[in-house]
Amino acid sequence: MRTESRIYLGVGSFFLLILIVYFLWSKESTGSVLLLASAGLGILPGLYMGWWSRRMKPRLEDAEVVEPRDISGIVGTFPENTIFPFTLGIGAWLTGLAFVFGGWFAVIGMGFVISAAFAATIESKRSSLAEAANRRGAED
Amino acid sequence: MSRKILLSRGIRGVAVLVAGAVLASCKIPSFGAFHGNTVQGNSTYHLWQGFFIASIFVGGITFLLLGYALIRFRRHGDAIPKQVHGNTKLEVFYTVIPVLIVAVLFVFTVRVENKVDAVSRNPNLRVDVTAFQWGWKFYYPSYRVATITQGVDAYPTLELPVGETATFQLVSNDVVHGFYLPQFDFSRYALPGVTNYFDFTPQHTASFVGRCSQLCGLYHAEMLFYVHVVTPAQFASWIDTHQKAR
Amino acid sequence: MTSVLSDEKTTSNVEAQRPPGGFYRWITSVDHKVIGKNYMYTALTFMFIAGAMALLIRTQLFNPNGHVVGQQTYNELFTIHGSIMLYLFAGPFAFGGFANYIVPLQIGAPDMAFPRLNNLSYWLFLTGGTTMLLGFFTASGAAAFGWVAYAPLSSNPYSPGPGPDLWIVSIALVGFSGIFTGVNLVTTIFYLRAPGLTMFRMPLFTWSMLVTGILILVAFPVLTAALVMLYADRHFGAHFFSVQGGGVPVMWQNLFWFFGHPEVYILALPFFGIISEVVPVFAKKPIFGYRGMVFATLAIAGLSTGVWAHHMFTTGTVLLPFFSALSLLIAVPTGIKVFTWIATIWGGQIRFSVPMLFAMGFIPAFVMGGITGVMLASPPIDFYTHDTYFVVAHFHQVLIATTIFAGFAGIYYWYPKITGRMLRERVGRWNFWVTYLGFWVTFMPQYLLGLRGMPRRIAVYSATDGFTFLNRVSTVGAYVMAIGMALFLVNVVWSWRRPVAAEANPWDGATLEWATSSPPPAHNFHSLPPIRSARPVWDVNHPEHADAAPVIAGGDESAD
Repeated sequence: MRTESRIYLGVGSFFLLILIVYFLWSKESTGSVLLLASAGLGILPGLYMGWWSRRMKPRLEDAEVVEPRDISGIVGTFPENTIFPFTLGIGAWLTGLAFVFGGWFAVIGMGFVISAAFAATIESKRSSLAEAANRRGAED
Repeated sequence: MSRKILLSRGIRGVAVLVAGAVLASCKIPSFGAFHGNTVQGNSTYHLWQGFFIASIFVGGITFLLLGYALIRFRRHGDAIPKQVHGNTKLEVFYTVIPVLIVAVLFVFTVRVENKVDAVSRNPNLRVDVTAFQWGWKFYYPSYRVATITQGVDAYPTLELPVGETATFQLVSNDVVHGFYLPQFDFSRYALPGVTNYFDFTPQHTASFVGRCSQLCGLYHAEMLFYVHVVTPAQFASWIDTHQKAR
Repeated sequence: MTSVLSDEKTTSNVEAQRPPGGFYRWITSVDHKVIGKNYMYTALTFMFIAGAMALLIRTQLFNPNGHVVGQQTYNELFTIHGSIMLYLFAGPFAFGGFANYIVPLQIGAPDMAFPRLNNLSYWLFLTGGTTMLLGFFTASGAAAFGWVAYAPLSSNPYSPGPGPDLWIVSIALVGFSGIFTGVNLVTTIFYLRAPGLTMFRMPLFTWSMLVTGILILVAFPVLTAALVMLYADRHFGAHFFSVQGGGVPVMWQNLFWFFGHPEVYILALPFFGIISEVVPVFAKKPIFGYRGMVFATLAIAGLSTGVWAHHMFTTGTVLLPFFSALSLLIAVPTGIKVFTWIATIWGGQIRFSVPMLFAMGFIPAFVMGGITGVMLASPPIDFYTHDTYFVVAHFHQVLIATTIFAGFAGIYYWYPKITGRMLRERVGRWNFWVTYLGFWVTFMPQYLLGLRGMPRRIAVYSATDGFTFLNRVSTVGAYVMAIGMALFLVNVVWSWRRPVAAEANPWDGATLEWATSSPPPAHNFHSLPPIRSARPVWDVNHPEHADAAPVIAGGDESAD
């Protein structure tokens, strides 16, 4: 995790450097605010990841030499098919069109969005239960 | 090693040539650009020549290296070539050299930029330019003379006396326009709510077409104006005619 | 060679689903390979639509006072041409298509980190893109204010009607799609790398996509915010960009280019990454100076947010030396990349297969665009050439070099992996040479046109302007390019009708995507080779020239 954190911190501090030079030189507000936001966007996740990298066990991804027994087993659970991103996408689209063609598009669109959100939650709850069962099965 | 020396000589040559281009540009080709018919535009033109020559060197070296490598190292058999992972010295070399080149370019840029952007404290003439959809208004406050676009194909004239410094005040009434004079090697946005100032000191008499360069709506392509650089005497009589017409 | 993974590595779906077929499967699949392919097909379709628009534009300019289309239609055409190419083709093709398909394979992951989010971002992209085209079917036509939508031209009194609103909604949807993909890419690369694949062993394409992902997160939210402000100006009576209400029109340009310039690198970096993959493989050498390449990529990312106002030199409201210095400086890491590619082929055994042909064509084209870019970074020269065809030629050379030449290098390189079929070499060569010839004939005259005073985005010019001849040459070049691009379609159809099966590793590739079958199975890998360098597959195939000495740690025997 340390390298990941350093990338963010490096990019973020560079934005900060540009911000300081730019602000002191130009006193222009729009660009300074945007640079400040960008610097924050780099430094915050960088600090967070750096903070975590001290507290977590070293990850296999960062190991220079890996033992074969380290790399067999379950990586994670990955879904294969689900309709709800499509439903959500169509809902978001119709809601977007409401900004052009009038509010009634939003009514239909939000219907799609809300139903997709509900259904996806239920689906993912079910699959995380199944995943737990799967893990138990794998450990046995 | 020898290539390195050759390259560093090339770089020094570039610096010398850029300097040379700015100092004595008369014999250097124009590379397609206008000569810049103002004192300001002419310095831009010399900067352009310098940049172009530097580009020929940098681009030429790159293309030569690439072309040589492509011909020399074509596949000759199935042997695996030596697996070279890098060379810190060479990498530092091709990082530092571009930094030096752009530093030189930057110095010349700033010098010309200050010249082009300078606004005279006591100009010989003032012209207020107002851009609107889709035309121009040129107003000479000291003479109370104005020319303005009057419909399609009725383009206004910007008349300027040769050798005299004119300060321009540029603003837009509606959207963003671009006040573009190709033969002066210059353009500047006409912005709503922002007033821009700049100077022209025309060097030779000339006539050409000025344009709007920034997209401003339906008839953007037809937002033209005529520029006439004339002798001071002709300018005086032009002003006279317009004052009488008013 | 040795496989050190058991099959358990590839966990599949948890619920025993009956795999759906056909259309329903296409819609519901969250497999990164299916979504990546969808992205590529969609983006290429958009590219051909926008390319057709470019031909109409060039046809209009063939004659002075052209009457092929009216002025309003012309403005709509170049607006949508630019918007499609930049928002719907170049970006999504790279970070939606290539990155989606290739990055998980290159890091040995079974899928992206958020597969469902990935699917959602594709639907937002498709619906957003369609929304943009809907503008042509409204009574007042599509948006006609250029892809940069400078306020106040893009606000209500000057551009009324639903066309501009559709454009705003479209870009917002596509922007969200890009943000989701950016999040997905960064997370995938940080958390799903195969064991042993440390950050500094990642292929350079993956590095490029990581940096692209970070830049997306910096840039796209700014665009979305600017679009919300523009919409509020248009419909809610806000005055962000109108002088009458106390707003500042230049603020739009600041906001837009704060997105727009990182966006240029979002478009370019993935394609640099492709070149960094293709060049070493076809020269049979490792990349020259891997770490230098990584730091050059990061330097471009850092500098890219500090150069936005070089698009605004002629506004007279920006700090010229600051932006000029940073814009000139950004040429340095870019130059490092070019020299690195040349140093990589130096001393190699170059095979001129079609991907390498496109990659080698890319370098001169890109250098040409880069050099004119350095000229434009100098404010006085920019005053002269800003908003002329000089700029048009510059950015078309840069963008076509990257998205078309580097992009097609990527297509020809990974097509066997993606489809399990080879593309034809001979048609591929014709595809390259015809497109390449057309490219130079189209854009070199445009530099001269710009220097002779032709502004961009003009629908008509006069016969007395002296622009006619150069415009005609350029138009002829555009048609030659179109023929070249059509040859690509011929090649694809040919390989589809008369398939030639591809092996798992037809090019002697060095990175992990070549360790699995072509096309890869569900969840990508049955087993992974040991990863002890940046070129794990090379180490396995060429043990005598391997980057890393094989580590004989305890357990190697037991794995077999």
